[in-house]
Amino acid sequence: MRLLATIRALTGLGDAAGGTDHWWGQRISGVMLVFLGLWFVGSMVLLPSMEYDVVVEFVGVTANGVLLSLLCLVTAFHSHLGVQVVIEDYVHADGLHIFSIAASRLAHVVAAIVAVYAIVQIGTGA
Amino acid sequence: MTLSILHRATGVAMAVGFIVLAAWLVSAAAGPAEYERFVALMSTLVGQLLLIGWSFAFFYHFANGIRHLVWDTGRGFEKHQANASAWFVIVLAIVVTAILWIKLI
Repeated sequence: MRLLATIRALTGLGDAAGGTDHWWGQRISGVMLVFLGLWFVGSMVLLPSMEYDVVVEFVGVTANGVLLSLLCLVTAFHSHLGVQVVIEDYVHADGLHIFSIAASRLAHVVAAIVAVYAIVQIGTGA
Repeated sequence: MTLSILHRATGVAMAVGFIVLAAWLVSAAAGPAEYERFVALMSTLVGQLLLIGWSFAFFYHFANGIRHLVWDTGRGFEKHQANASAWFVIVLAIVVTAILWIKLI
């Protein structure tokens, strides 16, 4: 029985399904952020200044806007998963536990939408 | 052990930083006046210290995250390897943060 349970978990049929999704999600988004993060920091360092015109011109370039949007979405996803683990480990009171995770998820979704909306606004000059 | 806590701490710090990144983009989308207000806010001593902190958090979490990804492949678990990579990651993060801000200031 022990062996069967393990196989069930490994094949994603048991309780471990959520856990493996979470694990893989964290890793895959982490690998994506290695590249996106490097691109973002490199781009910021290479900008001649952080003045309004320079920044708006940079974000307005389609490729930059797309990469920046991707960075924001993947960051929000990765961050949500990470913060969830921290909450699960340190917040034990039942109601507060669920509330904290829900609040964190909402905050991450809102921040990502707002960021991408702003990038599109800059890109379209609206 | 210490580095593991630091990985979480820098991650949570950057979760807050992400909201500031979104605010930066919103201010740029809102126009020059709003953008100047954001830049003025981040140019204060507190703003600069936060930015230095977030840049360190980024470089540390970045390097230590790669360390974790290497571990996930089953490599680097020997005690001397784990100790060496721990020192490498912490020194790298401090040095890169220092270089960045010496260049900026």
